[in-house]
Amino acid sequence: MLEVHNLTVSFVTRMGTNKAVDNVSFTVDSGKITAIIGESGSGKSVACCSLLGLIPQPPGRIDSGRALFQGQDLLQLSEAQLRKIRGRDIAMVFQDPMTCLNPYMTVGDQLMEPLLYHKKVSRADARQRALELLEEVGIRDCASIIDHYPHQFSGGMRQRVMIAMALINEPKLLIADEPTTALDVTIQAQILELLADLQKQREIGIVFISHDLAVIADIADQIVVMQEGKVVETGSCQDIFHNAQHPYTQKLLGAIPRGGKQTTLPPSAPLLQIRNLCTWFQQGNAPVKAVDDVSFDIYRGEVLGLVGESGSGKSTIGRSILRLIKTTSGKVTFDGIDVTELRPSDLKSLRRRMQFIFQDPFASLNPRMTVYETLAEPLLLHDIESRGTVAASVLRLMDDVGLARAFARKYPHEFSGGQRQRIAIGRALATRPEFVVADEPVSALDVTIQAQILELMRELGREYGLTMLFISHDLAVVRQLADRIVVLQSGKVVEQASAWDLFEHPQQAYTRQLLESIPGRSLLRNTLGRS
Amino acid sequence: MTAPAINSIAQTEQGTSLWRDAWLRLRRNRLAVLGLTVLLLFIVIAAATPWIAPYDYAQQDLELGATPPSAAHWLGTDIFGRDLLTQIMFGGRISLAVGFIATAVALLIGVTWGAIAGYMGGRVDTVMMRLVDIIYALPFMIFIVLLMVVFGRNMLLLFLAIGAVEWLTMARIMRSQVQSLRQQEFVEAAISLGLPTATIIRRHLIPNALGPIIVYTTLTIPSVMLLEAFLSFLGLGVQPPETSWGLLISYGAESMEEYPWLLLFPGLALTLTLFSLNFLGDGLRDALDVRGAKD
Repeated sequence: MLEVHNLTVSFVTRMGTNKAVDNVSFTVDSGKITAIIGESGSGKSVACCSLLGLIPQPPGRIDSGRALFQGQDLLQLSEAQLRKIRGRDIAMVFQDPMTCLNPYMTVGDQLMEPLLYHKKVSRADARQRALELLEEVGIRDCASIIDHYPHQFSGGMRQRVMIAMALINEPKLLIADEPTTALDVTIQAQILELLADLQKQREIGIVFISHDLAVIADIADQIVVMQEGKVVETGSCQDIFHNAQHPYTQKLLGAIPRGGKQTTLPPSAPLLQIRNLCTWFQQGNAPVKAVDDVSFDIYRGEVLGLVGESGSGKSTIGRSILRLIKTTSGKVTFDGIDVTELRPSDLKSLRRRMQFIFQDPFASLNPRMTVYETLAEPLLLHDIESRGTVAASVLRLMDDVGLARAFARKYPHEFSGGQRQRIAIGRALATRPEFVVADEPVSALDVTIQAQILELMRELGREYGLTMLFISHDLAVVRQLADRIVVLQSGKVVEQASAWDLFEHPQQAYTRQLLESIPGRSLLRNTLGRS
Repeated sequence: MTAPAINSIAQTEQGTSLWRDAWLRLRRNRLAVLGLTVLLLFIVIAAATPWIAPYDYAQQDLELGATPPSAAHWLGTDIFGRDLLTQIMFGGRISLAVGFIATAVALLIGVTWGAIAGYMGGRVDTVMMRLVDIIYALPFMIFIVLLMVVFGRNMLLLFLAIGAVEWLTMARIMRSQVQSLRQQEFVEAAISLGLPTATIIRRHLIPNALGPIIVYTTLTIPSVMLLEAFLSFLGLGVQPPETSWGLLISYGAESMEEYPWLLLFPGLALTLTLFSLNFLGDGLRDALDVRGAKD
């Protein structure tokens, strides 16, 4: 249905010309889901956007190629002709449903807009059609919701609205650019199911752009793997997952988190005891109970996984333990010291023993300090080293986290995301803490980098004898590191068990739902069984 | 490993800081570079004026009177036969000094005030910023006139009065910068390392908030200079025998029909400075814009 031949797109900047898409060819069949997989910067989005004239030109420039769709070459069409095709024959769904809807228009009006523009139907008919579609994408109670504004919808609902909007003119091809990346796992599973259903019922072609092989494992018919602007491998889903030829594809497959620790807990005393912890935020009259009566222990030397969806309070618990935010009530005892009662002047000595690793390595490093300055700061602050001896320690620390010593005087913006996270880990470990809270430390990273950082954390954890609270929304990632897992929902503990028990014998319905939402589960089970 | 082992920081590569990056970008902006050059030239001239001025500052030639530009007096003379170039050079010393010193005063107070209010938040913030609002609400001209009437006309007082008004906006900008930076994870990281508050503000907040402040500073200097010119024009600012560009413009305006050069040249000097500062400010804003930084 869509045939792309030898597409090359480059971006002209002051630094020079950069080929974002380099001689890319692929085909999309009607009634099939074609997945385009690649890490950030691989050109997967640019390739698709350029087909619809959606890249800014300049700096973008389509150098060569053809894109045949229904006998027309999309790349040769004028903007006016393209506008007729966009939204009518080919529709797009974008990554972030939060920013793609106009906050000043009701959902219904936004749904009807393309219909009124492309098909010239009456308002009443358009409204009827909008209602039908909302129902089709699984929104209950459509009639009352159609006149609501986007901010009244949750992320998953908005993405459903976006999909409905894309479908309203009955396109023949749907391009979905990371449509589930911004969503929680359980919602992601629902949206994936919805897309697969729609594709079957309507027999449309879907291009699914994603950075995550696991996400598309269950639904894709065909997979195109891209790296640095080039297509490195194309094949059916079965071929790619069971018989990948290109080393990069194999590397991507290897990076899918799988397996877990099979540990028996060494009997030890709890290092950290959390009792009836409550952290509420005042908002208007009613407090938001971000953390509501949570109790658990963390034993010396273990990695405790804290799992939950966004808004479950998992980050708030991590920050409460380290006194980065004020707790409302409850007790946190660290090695016999009551952390919540500590006076600010006594906190400093405790900070040396407990550290935090943040999610976003782009935000967690001071952009105006070199690696050396960043790593030296905690060492000097806690008088671990003097000015004269600190350099040697910093260089050793850089060795530990796998950064080349030569980079010591570079600034954060000169590093990639994975390297930055190594710097951040180095900073957290500089004072040789006993306990570390890692808040989604890999979720901002590409999958192959994710695997490297997890490996690093596993090694360092052993080497430094760390006790760790590992916070994540991704059960598959947590399973790789955690000895025990605590599952949170809406600020409350739903279940806690050893990692093995939790995965094999989940007790609670919510835990089972989370487990079933892990993308590519069925497939992973197969490949695991083989190896 | 073929590379020699690195055992000290001095053996590592020098990184490119954001400041250096911004400087490289600024250098590519021709107007900004021109503005910076003109400005530096004026500052050098102002500093060297007592030695390089063609005539003595107080030297009059009543018989000569006002003459148009000539070989002996490049920019002509005023009605007392004083060399206009010399007057403008000495006037520039005062005008530039008022501009830079009053802005420096505003910068120092504003940045500190805004950073503390923004970082502490809560009640401290409320009290500090309400005070700013109150001073903002005072009618500025009346404030200056009162100061001048009560304490007499005094240069130091002029610096203080202008500085006392300009720091308010500076404090507001700084506060909003710090408020958004405080949410950033690297500040939280600094807290979790156990750094004392003063160090966090000094090392982590101020350097990152400085971009917009620097831009605003380059735009404050011209507004301060204009303010001085305006006050002097009204007879509230600099008084003879001292002179400033504002005062020269005021005299020139009185006799603009007979001796237009008396208005033209001081006006030109002020305009050139203001343009230079504005071009430099625009250039800095583009150069320091984070979105332009390679990220």
